[in-house]
Amino acid sequence: MGILEGKKILVTGVLTEASIAYATARIAQEEGATVVLSNFGRAMSLCQRIAKRLPREAPVVELDVTDAEHLATLADRLREHLGGEGATLDGVVHSIGFAPQEAMGEGFTEVAWEHAATAFQVSTWSLASLTHACRPLFGERASVVGLTFDASVAWPVYGWMGAAKAALESTSRYLARELGPEGVRVNLVAAGPLRSMAMKSIPGSEQFEDAWEKRAPLGWSVTDTEPSGRAVCALLSDWFPATTGEIVHVDGGFHAVGV
Amino acid sequence: MSREDIQSGLAEILEEVAGVAPADATPEKSFTEDLDVDSLSMVEIATAVEDKFGVAIPDDELGNIKTVGDAINYIEKNQ
Repeated sequence: MGILEGKKILVTGVLTEASIAYATARIAQEEGATVVLSNFGRAMSLCQRIAKRLPREAPVVELDVTDAEHLATLADRLREHLGGEGATLDGVVHSIGFAPQEAMGEGFTEVAWEHAATAFQVSTWSLASLTHACRPLFGERASVVGLTFDASVAWPVYGWMGAAKAALESTSRYLARELGPEGVRVNLVAAGPLRSMAMKSIPGSEQFEDAWEKRAPLGWSVTDTEPSGRAVCALLSDWFPATTGEIVHVDGGFHAVGV
Repeated sequence: MSREDIQSGLAEILEEVAGVAPADATPEKSFTEDLDVDSLSMVEIATAVEDKFGVAIPDDELGNIKTVGDAINYIEKNQ
């Protein structure tokens, strides 16, 4: 019996098989979960193709986290796939992030507010709004898991996306505080660099790969999403029942050591 | 599968994913410059190619495929 047997989980942000979200959805199904995916706009059709490659094809609901209507109707639309009236949701995976090119790279102080604001709305605020949108479906216990890139330090080229991730880490703690009394846990996985669409869209991000391979005590593979997917699934499961507001590093140990 | 079959199969994918008229999907056309196909659509095209022809195009290779002809060659060689 899998660690997610009988659980119903929404996984956002599946784009290609190289995404952490895809590994999460696949492992969640292998561990017994029913999975619903979400994506939006032009990424919907790619997500639908990739959904067919999962062990069991998963339905895809449309969710643009900048669209208030999408958020307001999300619970009802999820219910349709989760057994209708009275259906509950046990887990939500927030794998959503975006910063305009103008907000990344060098020149941190020159970035216009509108570009930084987009990064914060899509990458940070959406953890709260997605959690709020799913709240009516949560039963006695639920788990929300998001993805960060260790935001305790400043990185090259990451720019305002890094600042948005730092705010995401804080947002996760506030959500943990507010939703804890309802039995809802909120945690993040801080994965090392992976060659997903998200990472490849950041010009200059290759330099992370060399640094990681040299420094991570356990070593690091930029193409292996399995460790991150497993960690997300572990946090979704009942095996971290007293853990919330936490950040689990899945980075080969990179964060723990100096040069 | 013959080259002609690959070309017509690829044209179907291009029409479905990126709205390219089949008559425009000729070997000399550049995906980005002539057919307005961006990186997101290229990834979807690669996914559809794998579904249709059983030929996976790894990310590193995808960057080398600039024209419709490049894609046909790759599929022909790896089918």
